[in-house]
Amino acid sequence: MNFATDPMNSIIEIFRGWLLSLGVSSSWAQFILFVIGAGILATIPMLITLGLIWAERKLLGRIQDRLGPNRVGPWGIFQTMADMVKIFTKELITPKNADRIPYNLAPILSVAGVLALWAIIPFGISIIGVNLNVGVLYLIAVGGFGTLGFMLAGWGSNNKYALLGAFRAIAQLISYEVPMAISLLIPVMFSGSLGMADIVASQDVWYIVLSPVAALVFFIATIAEVGRSPFDLLEADSELVSGFNIEYSGLKFGMFYVADFLHAFTVSLLFTTIFLGGWRGPLAAQYPWLGFVYLLIKTVIVWFLSVLIRGSMPRIRIDQMMFFNWKVLTPLSLGLLVTTALVGKAIPAQQTALRVIGLLIMNGLLLLITNFIWRAVSSSKVRPVVTAEPYGGQTTGIKEVSS
Amino acid sequence: MLSDWLYIGIFLFIALLLPAVAIGLAAILSPKKPNKIKDLTYECGLETVGETWVQFKAQYYIFALVFLIFDVETVFLFPWAVAYQKVTLFGVVEAIIFVAILLAALVYVWRKGALEWF
Repeated sequence: MNFATDPMNSIIEIFRGWLLSLGVSSSWAQFILFVIGAGILATIPMLITLGLIWAERKLLGRIQDRLGPNRVGPWGIFQTMADMVKIFTKELITPKNADRIPYNLAPILSVAGVLALWAIIPFGISIIGVNLNVGVLYLIAVGGFGTLGFMLAGWGSNNKYALLGAFRAIAQLISYEVPMAISLLIPVMFSGSLGMADIVASQDVWYIVLSPVAALVFFIATIAEVGRSPFDLLEADSELVSGFNIEYSGLKFGMFYVADFLHAFTVSLLFTTIFLGGWRGPLAAQYPWLGFVYLLIKTVIVWFLSVLIRGSMPRIRIDQMMFFNWKVLTPLSLGLLVTTALVGKAIPAQQTALRVIGLLIMNGLLLLITNFIWRAVSSSKVRPVVTAEPYGGQTTGIKEVSS
Repeated sequence: MLSDWLYIGIFLFIALLLPAVAIGLAAILSPKKPNKIKDLTYECGLETVGETWVQFKAQYYIFALVFLIFDVETVFLFPWAVAYQKVTLFGVVEAIIFVAILLAALVYVWRKGALEWF
């Protein structure tokens, strides 16, 4: 290991040597390194968010034929900085009727839930917070943190629209956690480990190639988990005023804003890590910082796709959302699990090409069957169109017409 | 192994600390001029009427119950998925029977109409 190939670990080793030479015992030196490492790793995402908010606003602006932020600095790049300075000096209004503890805890929890995911993401072969041996379970568990934040915000605000938003958020987030967890089983099956670094290390063939349907299910479920368009029912402005965060002002509202934008980027990072080979690429094993660059490029592509979806999709209704989750995604992911297990056992792992082709055919067939069933089910269930009879006719009341 | 969890503990503590410190800083920097009308619940701009914390739709409970079934199921399937490379075809068939029972449960819930949103 030398500085050119692995600058981060070299710095850590130099620092550890310096601590030991001061007479600090090795376990305390490890503890100090942990605190510094965790502090840096948790601060970076907060700073990245400043850039993310600007980039997303700019992209959405271009999608909607606007300019987006363009006043502060070149291309409006410092807009978020200005917003942040402004939001720091805004009054934090706490409604008199609010339940203080959940009300104040909610913004903290929703940011912490997103930040905590960064602890297990491998940024390079040797750049990782910690390769937890139950990484995927940790991911699912910590993902529930943010949901708790929404629930506390909605309940603590003492506001009917906020409460409705929170109900919707819970119904949506827990529902979409089911197909997400099942689609995560498939990378675990292929890699034989729950650790994120092991999942990346075992991706000689990217898992999106081995199981595109699992990747698709995971992508859709994560968009729903983040609560963005087309699944942004929890903050549907036209129905719920603003959703769970109506009563918040100042930086407490800002924290929800940060959590939202950061979560979108974080799930892109997770998608890249689990399905797109993470840091893997040419020469990435020798030069860990190169792996970091690869990871960043892939993540930005996935993130760009999710922004594109946000900018182009209308919001769906809550019954459509539940229909789509429980009657399409969940059976699809369960079927995928069963067929992948069978095909994976039928073709031994050594014959990579045959295995890829077999799994691809199976995935394609599954999608076709799902599409066929979906068409059949959704065409049999047509909502009655309610029309009013023209005035002067025999019946003046409202009549149901099934089209 | 234990130090992994120490790191997670430190990380979670810092992750909670960062937004808390930011909000604390904002609380110091920001003006504090509360008055009676400002401190009312905003809701949608009109005066709020009636109790907020009321009983709500049972539909949410049913979805939470169905979620619980499937979440517990995935927790049972994760150890199997880790061991998937090593188990024989028999082990795979056993897991498939397990999934099939749950699919039957999904069909049952579906037929009962618990998955309809109305």
